[in-house]
Amino acid sequence: MQAVSGMDGSGTAICAERIGKRYTLGAVQGGLLSERIAEALRSRRRPVSSERSGDFWALRDVGFEIGTGEIVGLIGRNGAGKSTMLKVISRITPPTEGRATVRGRVGTLLEVGTGFHPELSGRENVFLNGAVLGMKRREIISKYDEIVEFAGIQRFLETPVKRYSSGMYVRLAFAVAAHLEPEILLVDEVLAVGDLEFQRKCLGKMRDVASHGRTVLFVSHNLGAISRLCERALLFEGGRLEADGPAPEVIAAYMASAASSQHVGLTDVPDEAPRMGTAEARLRRVGLTRVDGSAVAALHLDERFRVSAEFEVFQDVSEAVFELGVSTLAGDRVVTSNSTDRELLPMPLGEGRRAVAVDLDAALLPGEFVIDVAVHRPNGTTIDFVQGALRFSVLNAAEEGHDHYPWNVVRGHVRPRAVWSDVRAPSGDPVEDGTRG
Amino acid sequence: MPALRGLAGHSDLIYFLAKRDVTVRYKQTLVGAFWAVLQPLLLALIFTLVLGQLTDVPSGATPYGLFALAGMTMWLFVAGAIGRCSDSTLASSEMISKVYFPRVILPLAALAVPAVDFGAALAVLLVILAATGHLPGLEVLLVPAVFLMAAGVVLGIGLWLSALVVRYRDVSLAVPFLLLVFLFSTPILYPLSLVPDHYQTLLSLNPLVGVMEAFRWTVLEDAPGPGVSVLISAGVGALLLASGMVYFARAEQRFADVI
Repeated sequence: MQAVSGMDGSGTAICAERIGKRYTLGAVQGGLLSERIAEALRSRRRPVSSERSGDFWALRDVGFEIGTGEIVGLIGRNGAGKSTMLKVISRITPPTEGRATVRGRVGTLLEVGTGFHPELSGRENVFLNGAVLGMKRREIISKYDEIVEFAGIQRFLETPVKRYSSGMYVRLAFAVAAHLEPEILLVDEVLAVGDLEFQRKCLGKMRDVASHGRTVLFVSHNLGAISRLCERALLFEGGRLEADGPAPEVIAAYMASAASSQHVGLTDVPDEAPRMGTAEARLRRVGLTRVDGSAVAALHLDERFRVSAEFEVFQDVSEAVFELGVSTLAGDRVVTSNSTDRELLPMPLGEGRRAVAVDLDAALLPGEFVIDVAVHRPNGTTIDFVQGALRFSVLNAAEEGHDHYPWNVVRGHVRPRAVWSDVRAPSGDPVEDGTRG
Repeated sequence: MPALRGLAGHSDLIYFLAKRDVTVRYKQTLVGAFWAVLQPLLLALIFTLVLGQLTDVPSGATPYGLFALAGMTMWLFVAGAIGRCSDSTLASSEMISKVYFPRVILPLAALAVPAVDFGAALAVLLVILAATGHLPGLEVLLVPAVFLMAAGVVLGIGLWLSALVVRYRDVSLAVPFLLLVFLFSTPILYPLSLVPDHYQTLLSLNPLVGVMEAFRWTVLEDAPGPGVSVLISAGVGALLLASGMVYFARAEQRFADVI
């Protein structure tokens, strides 16, 4: 591990060479000194073999180079090694093998609000958190007004943050983080917090950072955000770098691998599926059927369908909002339905196994899609969110009749019910002459 | 010193962590700053009643009460600093696993609260000495130097403990016991002269012995001047500090993995 300070304005910002990171599971890490002494005394008599069985390689043989000014997304399932990679690059933890060379000042955002102290006021925490993230006092002072404005909590600056709502807390924490201006920014999943409007604000800020020529490494399960922000993506799988290339291609490869293990029908959703949230409840099974509940292999054009989701709820959720999304394999969301759409009320979600179903008239064009299922609280906190829980196809044929999409290129993903007028001379109101169904 | 490498770029973090600790310490405590002053006074009173009255510990021309107060003033800094330093890494485990910064900042910043408390207690000590007609001589100007020596010694101990505790949690159980051992094996409540001559040198291997002796020399009017014991203690203290730095720098690499 070596940090070369100073920048030459171009060239390589991060160089990872054959990085390996081994964690030893079990009692060898930490523990009690007395145990270690007892262990040492035992092993003096009966030497243990040097090969420890509890070894776990979080990263193995990972190599890549990131050029200055590149915005790169790191994707992969939970436990694939993305976050460990960021920790190695940021020097939080040393690699077991290989080396990471970094050129320039590094700022790390593995979570927002690191170092926040509940007893201190909002103002005091801005300075403390800024310093923890590596900002100089002068820097924080010069950006203080901007930070406060971004967070939108001007009235509560002198209030201890323990009295803040969780939303205010997150906004303030992210505001500080968003004003960190290192040459290299490492970001992990911080966009998973806060309400939607705030998430949009944060994405905008990230784009600003990116456009100022800084290098950004961005770990997220939000594939849409990755594809919007990043040109390049790295796919991690089981501690290895599986793919490195243009973001749309790598995302498609990931979606295909994430969905390949799943079939149409009621399918188990593994713990290691790409998911995020507070985990008070977890999506366990998801299924796609016709609206009468009968099994279906693939959907026809215009066919309505039912998505059933089964959750394991660990903790009562008094008000839950379910979200069903249909996304392309590239991770772009095409259709979203929330259980509270059109002023419907949130539903209680009691402890234990709970199932919910939604009938959808999504009017999809032919193609391959994945289903995203989420459960949130009304304030936007995500309890569980699984992207690509199930993959399905829409065939280029209606169930009855000859309705199909005749061209090779399918543009877009949805064909909404539409009302077209007759063709007529361009004068007056087009719908006045009467319409066709 | 390897543990200090890269510290320059993070000096503001030391400042803000120290400020946090001091702010939190004095926010929401009933008697606030008085606590820092009350503690040595009450302890000195108790020890005066117990040791001064019952066993008649010799304290020279200085009344035993003042002798004990001076001892407690320095001891509370030492005990507070060792306690806070050794806790500093575990208390910031979240920060350690999420952000990179030179970890030595944590035990360094942990010295702030005991230092501020010491300042308050020292002021009261000097006022009481003046009020009772036991004003110290010009040696009192050397108090900052003695304080630096004390800070160096406790930082040395604190570096060892704060690095060890990350790996071995039972170190935190040993700290209160260690402090108790220090309290009685260091001439805090009794003068070093009470110890037989040939044991004084041996006892001075405890670096706190020199710290106590030097401190009493600076604030008490007729305390014996710093002798060989102070030199030995300073040497041991410097060794402790240097080895603490080296061990800490080695151990901090793995903090995020084991904390």
